[in-house]
Amino acid sequence: MSTPAILQLGLFLLVLLALAWPLSSWITRIMQGENPGPLRLLAPLEKLLYRLAGIRQDEEMGWKSYAVSLLVFNLLGVLAVYGLQRLQGALPFNPQAMAAVAPDSSFNTAISFVTNTNWQGYGGETTMSYLTQMLGLTVQNFLSAATGAAVVIALIRGFARHSSARIGNFWVDVTRFTAYILLPLSLVFALALTQQGVIQNLLPYQTAHTVEVTHFQQPKLDAKGNPVNGKDGKPVMLDSQTQQQTLPMGPVASQEAIKMLGTNGGGFFNANSAHPFENPTPLSNFLQDLAIFLIPAALCFVFGRMVGDRRQGWAILAAMLVMFATAVVVETSAEQAGVPQLSAMGVDQQASSLQSGGNMEGKESRFGIIDTALFTVVTTSASCGAVTAMHDSLTPIGGLVPTFLMQLGEVVFGGVGSGLYGMLVFAILAVFIAGLMVGRTPEYLGKKIETYEMKMTAITILVTPILVLVLTAIAVSVDAGKAGIANPGAHGFSEILYAFTSAANNNGSAFAGLSANTPFYNIMTGIAMFFGRFLMIVPILAIAGSLSAKKRLAVNSGTLPTHGPLFVVLLIGTVLLVGALNYVPALALGPVVEQLQMVSGH
Amino acid sequence: MNDRNHSTVSAAANSTASQHSKPGKGMFDPALIKPAIIDSFRKLSPRTQWRNPVMFVVYVGSILTSALWLQALAGKGEAAPGFILAIALWLWFTVLFANFAEALAEGRSKAQAASLRSAKKNVVAKKLSGPRRDAGVTIVDGHSLKKGDIVLVEAGDVIPVDGEVIDGVASVDESAITGESAPVIRESGGDFSSVTGGTRVLSDWIVVKITANPGETFLDRMIAMVEGAKRQKTPNEIALTILLVALTIVFLIVTVTLLPYSLFSVDAAKAGSPISITTLVALLVCLIPTTIGGLLSAIGVAGMSRMMGANVIATSGRAVEAAGDVDVLLLDKTGTITLGNRQASQFVPAPGISEQQLADAAQLASLADETPEGRSIVVLAKQKFALRERELASHEATFIPFTAQTRMSGIDYDGRQIRKGAIDAIRRHIAEQGGIFPDALSKSADEVARRGSTPLLVAEGNRALGVIELKDIVKGGIKERFAELRQMGIKTIMITGDNPLTAAAIAAEAGVDDFLAEATPEAKLKLIRSHQAEGKLVAMTGDGTNDAPALAQADVAVAMNTGTQAAKEAGNMVDLDSNPTKLIEIVEIGKQMLMTRGSLTTFSIANDVAKYFAIIPAAFASTYPQLNALNVMGLNSPASAIMSAVVFNALIIVVLIPLALKGVKYHARSAAELLRGNLLIYGLGGLLLPFAGIKLIDMLLGSLGLV
Repeated sequence: MSTPAILQLGLFLLVLLALAWPLSSWITRIMQGENPGPLRLLAPLEKLLYRLAGIRQDEEMGWKSYAVSLLVFNLLGVLAVYGLQRLQGALPFNPQAMAAVAPDSSFNTAISFVTNTNWQGYGGETTMSYLTQMLGLTVQNFLSAATGAAVVIALIRGFARHSSARIGNFWVDVTRFTAYILLPLSLVFALALTQQGVIQNLLPYQTAHTVEVTHFQQPKLDAKGNPVNGKDGKPVMLDSQTQQQTLPMGPVASQEAIKMLGTNGGGFFNANSAHPFENPTPLSNFLQDLAIFLIPAALCFVFGRMVGDRRQGWAILAAMLVMFATAVVVETSAEQAGVPQLSAMGVDQQASSLQSGGNMEGKESRFGIIDTALFTVVTTSASCGAVTAMHDSLTPIGGLVPTFLMQLGEVVFGGVGSGLYGMLVFAILAVFIAGLMVGRTPEYLGKKIETYEMKMTAITILVTPILVLVLTAIAVSVDAGKAGIANPGAHGFSEILYAFTSAANNNGSAFAGLSANTPFYNIMTGIAMFFGRFLMIVPILAIAGSLSAKKRLAVNSGTLPTHGPLFVVLLIGTVLLVGALNYVPALALGPVVEQLQMVSGH
Repeated sequence: MNDRNHSTVSAAANSTASQHSKPGKGMFDPALIKPAIIDSFRKLSPRTQWRNPVMFVVYVGSILTSALWLQALAGKGEAAPGFILAIALWLWFTVLFANFAEALAEGRSKAQAASLRSAKKNVVAKKLSGPRRDAGVTIVDGHSLKKGDIVLVEAGDVIPVDGEVIDGVASVDESAITGESAPVIRESGGDFSSVTGGTRVLSDWIVVKITANPGETFLDRMIAMVEGAKRQKTPNEIALTILLVALTIVFLIVTVTLLPYSLFSVDAAKAGSPISITTLVALLVCLIPTTIGGLLSAIGVAGMSRMMGANVIATSGRAVEAAGDVDVLLLDKTGTITLGNRQASQFVPAPGISEQQLADAAQLASLADETPEGRSIVVLAKQKFALRERELASHEATFIPFTAQTRMSGIDYDGRQIRKGAIDAIRRHIAEQGGIFPDALSKSADEVARRGSTPLLVAEGNRALGVIELKDIVKGGIKERFAELRQMGIKTIMITGDNPLTAAAIAAEAGVDDFLAEATPEAKLKLIRSHQAEGKLVAMTGDGTNDAPALAQADVAVAMNTGTQAAKEAGNMVDLDSNPTKLIEIVEIGKQMLMTRGSLTTFSIANDVAKYFAIIPAAFASTYPQLNALNVMGLNSPASAIMSAVVFNALIIVVLIPLALKGVKYHARSAAELLRGNLLIYGLGGLLLPFAGIKLIDMLLGSLGLV
């Protein structure tokens, strides 16, 4: 890892912490029902909103009502996004006259955006109308992030409260998180992005005249627009040339901001953050990195503040930081090292003042290796899934890092809310085993971890590995699954494994080699995303409810300290061990073999 | 509370002697090993196996591989029959080893129960027709007595069944239960009215109302508990089992999905052959937490057994677990913090009597008194006035022993009638003799009492001579013990009936964190509640009926076996030695059991890493030869690698049986230090050890030419 890469990582973490700390204070106050400063003016408006919706602001819920409200709200979201896609042809804000999206693709996309996954089987600029993008996808970007935040706040309340059966009011939590945290942050960030050159308009697509003539081949079409097949069964290709280029337009900045801040990752365009209209400059790239981690990092501090012991928040954050920094080092080193096969073909992979060196395949030259590696690790350790490069073209180790980060359960920062609640489940697990080793029945933050919590923890830990491993097994066994593979051999296996890992862990990034917009993958990944999200959330709310009802025990020198370096090491160990034990055999047949093959020159 | 006859009770309290078998001794006693081996085969029935989900998976795997072996013998096998057989056999061994661990732990418990049962002999009882001594007596069989029956027990008789004294006073030898030879006083009313079946009345008589039906006596329940007949999984054991089952499910999915992955990879690489079912079963068994799964139940049984070894009967495993969690210890001053036997420290003569006169009489009265207090009086007299022990044979001397009725002891020596005893007993004695008890003496006695010491009055004839001050002596080493407890995060609170001034003085000397002076049962209950409201778990000991509410409120409540039935019912443990210091030991045993569980779980999970390194390259190297790079242990061949992992996995259970039964080493240290130590040994050790172990087994198999 080169010096500029180290400096950039250091700067990134420094700015991140400097921004996350004050934000955490704001989030804590908002979620505890305070109306600081200017919000006092908005309070009557908020009250009016609740009254119109028939919500009693002060009436808190038990975990079951909280979970039911959450599920109903999200299912309505699925229906809305599905409906918008299916009907977009008849709706306004559709200058390119996009037709209705296919049912299986609509189903997949609806679940994808509601679950904060933002897996995209479609290409934005060729599929979605502006209305669908704005009213369907962007709205869900806000609401899915707020849902995750609501769950983690409920869980934190479970730790902070005692002898209470209530964990908060879901409607109030979602409303306040959206209105007072996500909206203002997005507004500021969208303005910053437009300053850097991200577009924001409702214009039809523009046509530009290029300086050079572009030569290309396209299939010959019959009268109905279907490709004509030749005698060999392949489409007949015609040579063509053009000096025109279509530039897609749209309300990009407004969606881009929440795409990052809400750890959603669904790009306006197919190329996602590699597209110059989404992510034009190295600075905008840096800001996007920050935006992805900002709320997940702040929520760690919120945790510390709300449970009344800031060191607890620092410990969780420290565990995340260590794993993240390690991943960045490995990723950057792997990509900077390049590919021996390319060198053999005479490709110059040496870093110099003219080029960044290393494996540049699938990367944007305006970002180079260092920015791309950082972004890749950020986007996969958080459950964002936006990409600045094609992950399919990373070196095997470079591809293993993001895959493994997702397989850890998206707990290294993770999604808004979901990262922290996932990590807290690991903390419960770590405390359960280690707590016994100090000769006490396990407790975390003064709450005894007993049979009920272990049952729920077991479910949350089982859900994603089962989804990933079983669905991958089905996909490699049936023809419909194998048909989507672009590269044969171990890499094909990696592609499928990556797809289900990304979907079940609600990341949404794609390895890109896999043709996933087929009914088979749309339905299978849809299942993975839905259950990967809600089969986690429900048991976690159950834990919140159960913890909230418990007494809070006193802490003394006989209780396991959960704030020092020892606990950080323990937590990291637990996360890595569980992740490794679940996925090592599968990884061995994919990226590990690829790496060994590459090194041995295959 | 027990100051009235402290001399006898405290004698018992200071004893840690035990006649019950102690754990650790004869762990692999051949007498225990043989039945355990037989039991491990008996436990192969599916119904027994089903109770342990982790081992049940191994059990099914053993059956499956055995079937695959038969299929291979028929010539249609997926691998060489020898290989499949070897795997199948070692899987069966894994099951048997786990069974053996459990059987051994249970065998040791049963041996302890048998030693208790020997105390339970059938006796004949003198059943009374009414609640009076002079009611009609029928001789009946002890077993035929029911709750509510009234019996007469006289000197030399064995008390047939648990009961309550309703008339009379007697000294009772409870050594059959407590292992302590000093007799205790039992009398109607108050805190010393309960008697236990199987104990023997030494002097006097008592009328006892039977409080237990046949088979429900205290002893019966104890035996049932220890034999494990009523053993249920404790809450933490259940929670841990859930985690182990979850891990087992995950690994089941990991191994099952590996088959399609392997088929796909073989197809994609156009090389090698798919993974065999035998290898998958071997991988599964190696991955699931068999080490802790196989030993978990043995750890629980051994924990109860260790309590038993300390002469404490826990009424539930839950209580043993809770003992590990205790934050606050309420300790009675007498017998726990101070020696129950006070020591004579001063002679305070009555007006008109010289100190030497008093010392002389006191020495004479104590010459035959073998209690530590009596001896301390003789010692003090010798130190202060060089009074030597006198030759009594040449004199007319009659010893008057302490009785429950008079509450005095003394000597009739050359016509002198010297008595010593508690102030009220001596006052009554003097009044009976027509003497006058001087007020000044009452005052000095009060003063002594205020200092936290006990006044012992001496009288000659009808004249009171003075007061001997019996001082509380803080036990040696107790201060260090409390410091250790503090390290462990446990707060100690001294409970005493003394006034706050005295209590503070003793508390400071003993180094307890806090004290409750002039303690009443209500104040005790309030103290427990206030600590519990702060989220602390409280442990206490008690013996009196008035302790019962506090015992019921405390999280860990140890009733003294000498205590009343009400106290025993309210507590969740009974200390047969009636030793209040035992509370500290109980906490340590509870902690040790939890630590053993946690350490072996960590070890078991950490082991998996090495097993992956052994099996994954072995299983897939035929498809992807590059994966041999992961064979970091340099194992001989794929078959040998898989075999070694399975053998290691089975043997580690046997190797860890002593640890499971004895418990991991416990030191009184802070949680952070304990965690660091155990993580290093069982976490890091668990990670590294199997690399060496598997390599060693592989070399052995290779050198023997077995693979």
